[in-house]
Amino acid sequence: MQIEYIGAFDVVLGVLWRFWPVWVALVLVMGVSFTYKKKLGLYGQLFDSGVGIAGVGICLFWLFTAIFASTISPFDPLAQVSIMKDTLPGAIEPTSKLVYYFGGDKLARDVFSRMVYGSQIVLIIAPAATGFALMVGITLGLPAGYYGGKIDTVLSFLANLVLAFPVILLFYLLVTPGIMDTPIPYALAGLFFLFPIIFFCVLFWTRYKNRPDRLYILLGLTLVIGGWIYTGLVFDKDPLRIVHIDPNQLNIFVAVVFASSPGVFRIVRGLTMDIKTRDYVAAAQTRGESPWYIMLWEILPNARGPLIVDACLRIGYTTILLGTLGYFGLGLAPESPDWGTAIKDASRLLRSFIHPALPPTIALMSFVLGLNLLADSLREQSMKD
Amino acid sequence: MFSFIARRIGTILLTMLCLTLVVFFLVNLEPNLKKLAISQTEMHTSAEQLESWLVNHGYRQNFFARYGQWLGVLPKQPITDPATGKVTQRFSFCNDPVEPKFSGVLQGDFGCSTKFKTTVAAKLFPALGATGILMFWVLAVMVPISLLIGILAGMREGSRTDRTLSVASIASTATPEYVSGVIFTVIFASWLGWLNGSAASASQGITFYNFTLPVITLAIYGTGYIARMTRASMVEVMTQQYIRTARLKGLSFGSVVIKHALRNALIAPFTVIMLQFPWLLTGVVIVEVMFRYQGFGYTLVEAAGNNDIDLLLGCSLVSVFIVLITQLISDVGYAFLNPRIRVQ
Repeated sequence: MQIEYIGAFDVVLGVLWRFWPVWVALVLVMGVSFTYKKKLGLYGQLFDSGVGIAGVGICLFWLFTAIFASTISPFDPLAQVSIMKDTLPGAIEPTSKLVYYFGGDKLARDVFSRMVYGSQIVLIIAPAATGFALMVGITLGLPAGYYGGKIDTVLSFLANLVLAFPVILLFYLLVTPGIMDTPIPYALAGLFFLFPIIFFCVLFWTRYKNRPDRLYILLGLTLVIGGWIYTGLVFDKDPLRIVHIDPNQLNIFVAVVFASSPGVFRIVRGLTMDIKTRDYVAAAQTRGESPWYIMLWEILPNARGPLIVDACLRIGYTTILLGTLGYFGLGLAPESPDWGTAIKDASRLLRSFIHPALPPTIALMSFVLGLNLLADSLREQSMKD
Repeated sequence: MFSFIARRIGTILLTMLCLTLVVFFLVNLEPNLKKLAISQTEMHTSAEQLESWLVNHGYRQNFFARYGQWLGVLPKQPITDPATGKVTQRFSFCNDPVEPKFSGVLQGDFGCSTKFKTTVAAKLFPALGATGILMFWVLAVMVPISLLIGILAGMREGSRTDRTLSVASIASTATPEYVSGVIFTVIFASWLGWLNGSAASASQGITFYNFTLPVITLAIYGTGYIARMTRASMVEVMTQQYIRTARLKGLSFGSVVIKHALRNALIAPFTVIMLQFPWLLTGVVIVEVMFRYQGFGYTLVEAAGNNDIDLLLGCSLVSVFIVLITQLISDVGYAFLNPRIRVQ
């Protein structure tokens, strides 16, 4: 059967049209933000520079793509339509008359739909892993910087130990199929996922120690929600069956958190050592506040500027790490539509077909670029104050 | 200064000891040993045969005894065949000791590579040499370009050149090797046909045709970062009093930049370049796999993929050594270059 094609101009138009929910959401959010930018604090200031607008725009674009993935993509990312194998961009699928806008790959799947669905995987894992890495890094970095001495020596040595590992070697050791038979990933997950619970408990305890009415509600909420997610993620025994993560996804999640938390630790430690010499910390010490109150309610809020910038950069870096994992075929399922795996599959066949390689590479690059632009303009805005 | 370096070297040795122990533990996990036994024996071997293979090849000895033997602080025992009672060799391609003797990393014996069927030293050092050539060219391209971009951008902060170059360097830091490798291959190999998309022939002889793509792919990710650091350092120097004095003296802008600003602005990038080595190591692995260049990264991936225990340990030892020694050089070099820093 002869496959019909549409022209290049129609491909561009078609792709732009498929993204319509993203454009609508983007115009709404950007319009509202732009109108009320004076009232939106740091976020509003981003709209003062072209770099900031570009950064916010690109990040929101991929966020909405991930949210509306099922509406945007014409095909199922895993569906194989054998006649469409290796078709060039713009091929029309004979039965449904829908178009393979970016062509088909070697397993006859729609490259466009896979790119759109790939954004979901990246936008769930990368920010979540960065969040956990921040929690681990902050909870360990604050005491290391504040107390100094032995605790600092030990923690810094451990952080340097992890940092001295080339990332790729760490991944090959931690994300092999065999390691899922051992308790190591679950033990590490159990350790890392404990940190957010500890963090919030200490946070509320130090603040509301003398106000039991608030304290017990907040502590209870933390323990219930935290414990619920914890059992779901680490033991996969969520009684309500809502929180669930595949063992191989847990494995890459743990590996990524493991690889990036020492970086956060070092930054938080450095910031704490700098801020603890300030007058307001001395004032709090004179008032007789407890060390953890000072760390969490005096030092941490004042370290937020560099931390937000670092978090933005780190989400981008985590995206790159996820791509690396996909590129080496570690952890993620071979048919998974994430960008790294797609780049790996396509780059093996670059000599014959180039069209399956370009969409995931450009998607990954643009998302990281958006985050970096965002971080750059955040840094500039926070320097102005 | 001397005691500082001595202390740092002590920390480095301790770190290497801990890291090799961790790697040794991870490669000797039960599933990994099983995988090794399966890949080394014939297809469809029974579980007992796999187990006896592991026993015969010494993988069932005590964990710490084996680590000590690998390190060279415990004597390696000769392996006897239980059937004949005679001393046997574990592998035909490298020699095991006939009598107990110290033969580990400390004595210079890195062990046997089960994947490449040779000694680790015979495989690892030529591969390191090949990667060294790649690294040389990458640094030769990356350092001058990134310094130039950083200086041009930082010399007039806020100008149009500055903004253009800054966005360009942000874009380059957003381009990991597997992305730029694909894009460059598409442009230069598939469309234009100027360059070769594979560096497999570079082992025989390096030409512009087969070596340019790996080099620029590897260089592009680091360039942006170094350029941004150089720019930041240059911007800071350009606001100093002595620059204003030099300008007010009537020196031209160009000679102020070259004679006064440059020397002080280049101290910080030195550290950054040195600290780029750990990133370059990851990049080397990606690039060598992508362009099929038989170097260190390629060896590491093959060793990890086949759970080649001794080779993987050798690779991790080398990479950890490179990371730590470049950190030391950057610290010591910084103290030498910047007279305001005094090391106690």
